[in-house]
Amino acid sequence: MAKGIARRIIPGFAPTLGLTLAYLSLVVLIPLAALVLKAAGMGAAQWLDTLTDARVLAAFKLSFGGALAAALVNGLFGLLIAWVLVRYSFPGRKLVDALIDLPFALPTAVAGIALTALYAPAGWIGRFLPVQVAFTPLGVVVAMIFIGVPFVVRTVEPVLQDVDAELEEAAASLGASRPQTFRLVVLPAVGPALLTGISLSFARAVGEYGSIIFIAGNLPGVSEIVPLLIVTKLEQYDYVGATAIAALMLLVSFAMLLAVNLLQKWNRQRMGAAS
Amino acid sequence: MIHVEHLTKRFGAFTALDDVSLAVPDGRLVALLGPSGSGKTTLLRILAGLDHPDAGSVHLDGLDATAVKTRDRRVGFVFQHYALFRHMSVTENVAFGLNVRKGPGKPAKAEIARRVGTLLDLVQLGGLAGRYPSQLSGGQRQRVALARALAVEPRLLLLDEPFGALDAQVRKDLRRWLRQLHDEMGLTSVFVTHDQEEALELADEVVVMSKGRIEQIGSPAEIYDNPATPFVFQFLGNANRLEASIAGGVARVGHWRVAAPGIPDGPGVAFIRPHEIDVDLADPVAAIRHQVVLGPVVRLDLALADGTAVEAAIDRETHARLALRPGQPVGLTARRIRIFAENEV
Amino acid sequence: MNRAALKDPAWVRWSLTALALTFLLAFLALPLAAVLTEALRKGVGAYAASLGGEDTLAAIRLTLIVAAIAVPLNLIFGLCASWAIAKFDFAGKAWLVSLIDLPFSVSPVISGLIYVLLFGAQGLFGEALRDHGVRIVFAVPGIVLATIFVTFPFVARELIPLMEQQGRDEEEAALTLGAGGLRTFLSVTLPNVKWGLLYGVLLCNARAMGEFGAVSVVSGHIRGLTNTMPLHVEILYNEYDFVGAFAVASLLAVLALVTLGAKSALEWWHRDELAAAARH
Repeated sequence: MAKGIARRIIPGFAPTLGLTLAYLSLVVLIPLAALVLKAAGMGAAQWLDTLTDARVLAAFKLSFGGALAAALVNGLFGLLIAWVLVRYSFPGRKLVDALIDLPFALPTAVAGIALTALYAPAGWIGRFLPVQVAFTPLGVVVAMIFIGVPFVVRTVEPVLQDVDAELEEAAASLGASRPQTFRLVVLPAVGPALLTGISLSFARAVGEYGSIIFIAGNLPGVSEIVPLLIVTKLEQYDYVGATAIAALMLLVSFAMLLAVNLLQKWNRQRMGAAS
Repeated sequence: MIHVEHLTKRFGAFTALDDVSLAVPDGRLVALLGPSGSGKTTLLRILAGLDHPDAGSVHLDGLDATAVKTRDRRVGFVFQHYALFRHMSVTENVAFGLNVRKGPGKPAKAEIARRVGTLLDLVQLGGLAGRYPSQLSGGQRQRVALARALAVEPRLLLLDEPFGALDAQVRKDLRRWLRQLHDEMGLTSVFVTHDQEEALELADEVVVMSKGRIEQIGSPAEIYDNPATPFVFQFLGNANRLEASIAGGVARVGHWRVAAPGIPDGPGVAFIRPHEIDVDLADPVAAIRHQVVLGPVVRLDLALADGTAVEAAIDRETHARLALRPGQPVGLTARRIRIFAENEV
Repeated sequence: MNRAALKDPAWVRWSLTALALTFLLAFLALPLAAVLTEALRKGVGAYAASLGGEDTLAAIRLTLIVAAIAVPLNLIFGLCASWAIAKFDFAGKAWLVSLIDLPFSVSPVISGLIYVLLFGAQGLFGEALRDHGVRIVFAVPGIVLATIFVTFPFVARELIPLMEQQGRDEEEAALTLGAGGLRTFLSVTLPNVKWGLLYGVLLCNARAMGEFGAVSVVSGHIRGLTNTMPLHVEILYNEYDFVGAFAVASLLAVLALVTLGAKSALEWWHRDELAAAARH
């Protein structure tokens, strides 16, 4: 008896897949399609207007530039934190480890007002700093650092844990100093994970809204981030403008993510199987 | 009685089963033997209803089972990696099949408990009823899996490489024990293995498979003594493979002449088992290159006049009696030589 | 690690540790402390009073309602998606998994924008909705939708790798023993994933209650009606009612800490029963 369709052994395929696809369509695909439709429906003139608007360009520079700076800072300190958590022991280590996920769990608005309180000129930290942080582009970067802390730490930690101790011992037996061993043995091993963490941190920071709008000055052309610009356009009922900026932001973000993915793929091929 | 007819199953471009037909009589313990990729596990899973064939049919006790769902087939299946329910105790695992029955078919709680107890005693795990799978050894888990499959009183028991993941000693013990169990219960059973020793030791009947086809079906003795195809010959036991040329129903293999009725003229292949070669000191035809003592047997690596390598296995006494040394020229008598035409290989 | 060759000198260890802890203090611990301090700046009385305000209570109620709708729906979705993906093979599976990850790559503001584009006054369905008197954007349904969008991956992302790791053998075994689909799911699959499920629900809930950007775009900020707790924080802050803003923020901070605590507890006790995949 020949079979025309593949019959599944474990029951429930059709209903679960059906429900999954229906849910995704309703919640994700159709709304996103609305965005794509609207964006595609705009004329070239509209696109050009958006791309050359000084305010838009300034916002993009701030969002992407700030996110890059924050991601790099998080890369550096995230690696440091992961190293300290994995390699050293000190009282309260477990507590600190659990706290790393705070930016994930804390609502962005709460983070926003808390950071502002801290870094305002009269705040606990702000009063000791030589430059003003709150209400300036620097404040934006500080907020972006906050929300990106867990990404690097959490992607690097497991890889660091898996680094074979024997590799480091071999390096030591061949005469390498600890800094050399770190630079030549450990760093290359965690490199891909570090890059992943940095790009995740970057991607999150670019789109972040709640944590940033309180501490940023939100001055157009100076300290205004792209998400805020979109919201402003919406409040003015400029749907077209908002869509244009949003579509542009998505395009640039996806392009960057693709570039990072390709870079990692190339890196993986170069190194052979992942450690 | 299980009847499998013209079963075919493909996974993408790979043909797992190619027109396989088989009949398993009641009460027998049958082995599906073959290397990986031979289709044996696929066949077993189709019998269980865990896979659907692309063509062909399966009849269980005269009824067409192809349309019957797994849960209704009343077939007990023992998985290679046991598939015990990790969050249930041993008792709960074994009782599962009885607990999921609905309505009148479901026995009372006391009855279920009694049956589970009996089965656990049967598999000699009585004291471990409250343990969890993670607390058991591999051999113990396998026995729980067996008890669980037997609890539903299946009409057919299927085992997928049941002892593959166990240590050698545990494997030996469990093999013996499974055979005893089968003799006591008389349940029709089919098991899959790639280990020829296991198949020959356990089974009433062995089905040798290769590349999705059945090569031979027979009792362990039969397939060992009279392999039907070159594959079976080489898969079971050691074999010397030599070139032969056939002319007029007679095959020339080295210095040997063998009757080869029905085989067409031309090139062919000859198989000789190492332990079916006798060594003597008269009429030398080969020289001993190397000899190794392997327990009760001595393996001789010989070279024929034309350089062909041949392996012989003789017992220690004969070896000592003839005082064989490396380099010594010896005569060879082959008690049995099996000839196949070139195109059969 | 006890290996001598790998031990950094003590001064290195101490200074690196100190540096790391200082960074974390500045960026993580202090903000948390600031919330509490600012909330209590005018004393416990003022703190309690701001939490008792009518608009605040309405915001709390709305937050709870939204979470109570979004989380169970996403739970069901997560179970269905992971069952379909882990227990079966089908073409396009990789695309489906990427699709489920989509909300993480999209800015929360854009997550809200798409619903405005769909259901807003000038949106695709704007006219049709107006004609029927249905309000989605600038009303509770819009908030629920936006919240569902940003939180639906959490449960699925936790369950999919977990169920894939656990394989299909146990479910197949249950089938051979006579169990039906639902029975197999309830007796065999669900107990195996319960901790992963709880973990995913915890994260989903924390995000659902704390979501700001997406909800802000969709809500219309109507006090007492379409204000969730995070939005209410913003309103109070912009009105210079700092104590009020931080008071509500402190509730959300407590929620975050409870979530972190429960999350860590789960990770500690049931490490092997949580997905090995990276968590966000």
